[in-house]
Amino acid sequence: MNYETLRHLSDSFGLLFLTFTFLGFIGWTFRPGSRQKHEEAAHMIFEEDQDDG
Amino acid sequence: MDTLLLKAGGWLAIVFFAFIAMVLAADAGFAVHMAIIALAAGITLWVTINKADYAAIGRGILKAPDPGVYDDDPIRWGVIATIFWGIAGMAVGLIIALQLAFPVLNLNNEFTTFGRLRPLHTSAVIFAFGGNALIATSYYVVQRTCRARLAFPGLARFVFWGYQLFIVLAATGYLMGVTQSKEYAEPEWYVDLWLTIVWLSYAAVFIGTIVRRSEPHIYVANWFYLAFILTIAMLHVVNGLSMPVSLLGSKSYAAFAGVQDALTQWWYGHNAVGFFLTAGFLAMMYYFVPKQAERPVYSYRLSIIHFWSLIFLYIWAGPHHLHYTALPDWAQTLGMVFSIVLWMPSWGGMINGLMTLNGAWDKIRTDPIIRMMVLALAFYGMSTFEGPMMSIKAVNSLSHYTDWTIGHVHSGALGWNGMITFACLYYLVPRLWGKERLYSLRMVNWHFWLSTLGIVLYAASMWVAGIMQGLMWREYGDDGYLVYAFSEVVSAMLPMYLIRAAGGLLYLAGAIVLVYNVWMTIAGKQRDEKPMTETPHNEDLDKPIVGKPAVAPAE
Repeated sequence: MNYETLRHLSDSFGLLFLTFTFLGFIGWTFRPGSRQKHEEAAHMIFEEDQDDG
Repeated sequence: MDTLLLKAGGWLAIVFFAFIAMVLAADAGFAVHMAIIALAAGITLWVTINKADYAAIGRGILKAPDPGVYDDDPIRWGVIATIFWGIAGMAVGLIIALQLAFPVLNLNNEFTTFGRLRPLHTSAVIFAFGGNALIATSYYVVQRTCRARLAFPGLARFVFWGYQLFIVLAATGYLMGVTQSKEYAEPEWYVDLWLTIVWLSYAAVFIGTIVRRSEPHIYVANWFYLAFILTIAMLHVVNGLSMPVSLLGSKSYAAFAGVQDALTQWWYGHNAVGFFLTAGFLAMMYYFVPKQAERPVYSYRLSIIHFWSLIFLYIWAGPHHLHYTALPDWAQTLGMVFSIVLWMPSWGGMINGLMTLNGAWDKIRTDPIIRMMVLALAFYGMSTFEGPMMSIKAVNSLSHYTDWTIGHVHSGALGWNGMITFACLYYLVPRLWGKERLYSLRMVNWHFWLSTLGIVLYAASMWVAGIMQGLMWREYGDDGYLVYAFSEVVSAMLPMYLIRAAGGLLYLAGAIVLVYNVWMTIAGKQRDEKPMTETPHNEDLDKPIVGKPAVAPAE
């Protein structure tokens, strides 16, 4: 593992891996039914039986 | 009783070893630090023995904490520590600002020179003020959003006190000149090791609480806190890699050399900004802004996209601190490009925070805490616009090494980090001490305006100073020589330095108003004052018109 091999690994498979992982995470938030789940998550800090002021 | 004896014996052993290390120390700084550690362990020993509930131990029943309430003690301590270190750090900031204008204030004494006080200021405001605010709010938010008590109560307390010891060791070290000369990572090897222990304990408490949660979903604020904790652990360990000259001395040498060391340092330094001052404080924003506005976050999906974009992009932006240096050109360009791409998530996050107020904009007029939060978000937006702009090589060739950088850092630190922290403190204090409301909302308003005016003076004077400095440095005459000597540039800065110090004084004055307000709130007082808003109602006009004919239309 010298500098050159690491360099080639990072600007080929490393770059692709990170790009697709990132796109996967972003895409996941647009999955069907996510709107409802996000709505619930956004409201969870206001649940009525929770009295933290 | 056995565990008590074991604990007390352990603390006594630490006192003993620290004392030996102090006696055998290779340099004075190390000896003073070992004395501080011995003293800290001695105090802990005394507390362990004196505060133990011997009656309960004798009966064999230990008082278990009430599982029905949140574990808020370390949060209360954290709020007080945040305010204490905040005032100390800002006061030192004002002193060094005045030192730049009046060099005589260096006092001709090694301990009070600008070079030693400057890291004291930066570390006190970033790591002591900001760090305590992050630890305290993360303990608060993770318990509320997970609906669970802190996972390891003893460890949570150790994190608080251990972090304070780290601050004291770092601060005294700077004054004595004990430093590894890495910006924002000045503490020497043994203090670094101590911080690693404290930080891993912090991670254990935080992750342990998430694991014990009774809510299925992990609220987005916790994602930001977790990213902050884990990334800081990684950055700190890698950048701190060094070899001590002696196990009984403070001096060490970094594991890397030359440009590799520089890149590691700015990979650390920029991500300290990205994950400590951005991700951590965004976590505060994503919980406290919706709570104070009483409205859910504008778009939860956007908050997740904001999160992943920050995580994937920020880590690559560090090389922009090393433009036009020995760092390979491709690495400089990489840092610049990623910095510019960061515009998107930063502004996405700012819009998400601001739009949370959609439908409640009137609160900016009536609620000074919301006003502070909006100002914080506005400055988050402004400094994350300015930062990428300054990372462009052409701009950086003008701005780098000038006071423009100082102006940029302070618009972010005073505007974004300071204001969101103050807003969260005002939110937390009445709730943590069980008071109906703050002592005075009008004083929050005073704090808001003092700070805002202070930031405006600070940022504007440093823009002017920095651009002037950059232009004077690069000014060539017809003869091909530089027009200005360095000393001429320095003397041209005096008016701007004075305006900057005035801005700092106003900001500190605002923080002192906060101290008074928080003090009186905890004391249980409420100031008798006019409410922030009144919609006037005129009883006399509130009736139908009788006995008058309708006005005839003109023909």
